[in-house]
Amino acid sequence: MLAFLCKRIFILIATLFLVSGVIFLVLRVIPGDPAQIILGIQATPETLQTLRHKLGLDLPLIVQYGNWLGGILRGDFGQSIQYDVPIASLILSRMQVTLPLAVLSIFFAVIFSIPLGVYAATRRNQVGDYGVMLFSQVGLAIPQFWAGILLILFFAVHLQWFAAGGFKSWGESPLLALKSLLLPALSLGLIRAAVLARLTRSCMLETLGEDYIRTARAKGLAERVVVYKHGFRNALIPVITILGLQMGELLAGAIIIENVFHLPGLGRLVFLAIGQRDLPVVQGVGLLIAFIIVVVNFLVDISYGAVDPRIRAGEEGA
Amino acid sequence: MRRVLQNRNLMIGGLMALLIFATAAVSYFYTPYDPNRMNLKERFLSPSAAHWLGTDQYGRDILSRVMKGAINSLIVGWVAVGIGLSFGVFLGSLAAYWRGWRDEGIMRLADVFYGFPAVLSAILITSILGPGMVNSMLAIGIFYIPIFARLTRGTSLSIWKRDYVTSARAVGQTNRSIIWSTILPNILSPLIVQATVQFAIAILAEAALSYLGLGTQPPHASWGRMLNEAQTFMEISPWLAIFPGLAIAVAVLGFNLLGDGLRDFLDPRFVRQKT
Repeated sequence: MLAFLCKRIFILIATLFLVSGVIFLVLRVIPGDPAQIILGIQATPETLQTLRHKLGLDLPLIVQYGNWLGGILRGDFGQSIQYDVPIASLILSRMQVTLPLAVLSIFFAVIFSIPLGVYAATRRNQVGDYGVMLFSQVGLAIPQFWAGILLILFFAVHLQWFAAGGFKSWGESPLLALKSLLLPALSLGLIRAAVLARLTRSCMLETLGEDYIRTARAKGLAERVVVYKHGFRNALIPVITILGLQMGELLAGAIIIENVFHLPGLGRLVFLAIGQRDLPVVQGVGLLIAFIIVVVNFLVDISYGAVDPRIRAGEEGA
Repeated sequence: MRRVLQNRNLMIGGLMALLIFATAAVSYFYTPYDPNRMNLKERFLSPSAAHWLGTDQYGRDILSRVMKGAINSLIVGWVAVGIGLSFGVFLGSLAAYWRGWRDEGIMRLADVFYGFPAVLSAILITSILGPGMVNSMLAIGIFYIPIFARLTRGTSLSIWKRDYVTSARAVGQTNRSIIWSTILPNILSPLIVQATVQFAIAILAEAALSYLGLGTQPPHASWGRMLNEAQTFMEISPWLAIFPGLAIAVAVLGFNLLGDGLRDFLDPRFVRQKT
């Protein structure tokens, strides 16, 4: 287990290092001089040069990269060009929207998908099963932003139960803040639910075909106990794993959904920062998103290794 | 033929995909109205006999724009999958043939990109290269390369160990010729299935990029862009926000079903496992 863990940690660090390098380099090739953007087209070459020096843009690339990475390791993401505040505080304030949005959408995904998947598996090749599979196929085909627009159309425009967009801060009114996240989370969660319902169904079918399930039935256990206590608990492991691995998709979806609902979250921050050429913000948020994805993948990997010794053995033998 | 007819996913998905292709082909020569012609006297018309899907804020016919949008989506799908397939298959084949540190290097690099969602990466790339249809095709295509590279490597590794490859070597065939004549034909089925699925994802990704203003630029019709414009006016014209989204859903559903159907058709073992 130790060798497996060491190898995984090495891969994690190497991947993060590589990702940070790619993000840094890629953003350096964006056309447009940040100093020119801040000072405008009227700026003189001297003032431009002074600002470039102040921002460290006149240093060699490798030194800029070293300074940036060193700062991040100390918790200093730098200063936003556009907002003129520390990026770390900007990220923290935007996290108040993105984090609850992600948690709520996972909640919606789980409460819709798992009962539907179990229901479909226990009624294989019946009308209910076909209905769930249809929901899953249609859900996979619907763009998240269209789902968001349809929800706005129905709940905000037609029924007028919700606002069409915007966000009330948690300090102002926690209830209204939660309410403004419901529709965006539902649009993200429903699409995730389509994927997970299908997966839950196939995992349940596989588990329900195992010998120990036949034994449980032969012992005369009630079907409910067989399905939920023996089948469902075992089928849940791969479902949770995939849910973890979908974190990246969820964050990508959040960028679009935050734009649909005009939510001041991380996604909208990075999207606007790209347009405003606020490189330090794009770098910081980009690295944070990459970090979350890579760490979640790492945790999924090691938890799999811990649960299933065959994976460990395979890795160590390779 | 009977197997094709019995395969519901293949039939329905094939028909839906055909509908999208046919719409795109027809719109190349004919649309009910000029999709870019503005007519301010006919703004926000509801669906009617004259304008089957209504008109938008500039009085443009929505049906004509939805039809023209099909061309853009299909082109993006083809080019993105083409980029992913050509570079991915090339790199994956080399990795499987080389093995060792070069294989490890290619695959670890693929892993770095593979972990990131295509849409997220495409947003970053299009923001660097600048908005536009060509750049969005490139952005989506670049992130398809590791997907096809991993698939090619994974499937061709076992083929290299088969007896008929050893025989081909024994009769003096070069490695390049073995890859072309033996390895690639044997991994074609999973590649076709994956290409169909990625085609559907490319349509979704292009729509998302265009929605964000990074994909196809106005005045050209694009389903994602149409939805972006519709959002402002959906209180007075809800149909503006319905038909382009429906077109995306039909196209993606069609290619997803086609992918499922092809997998069942090309690999009957999978059907037995699934049922």
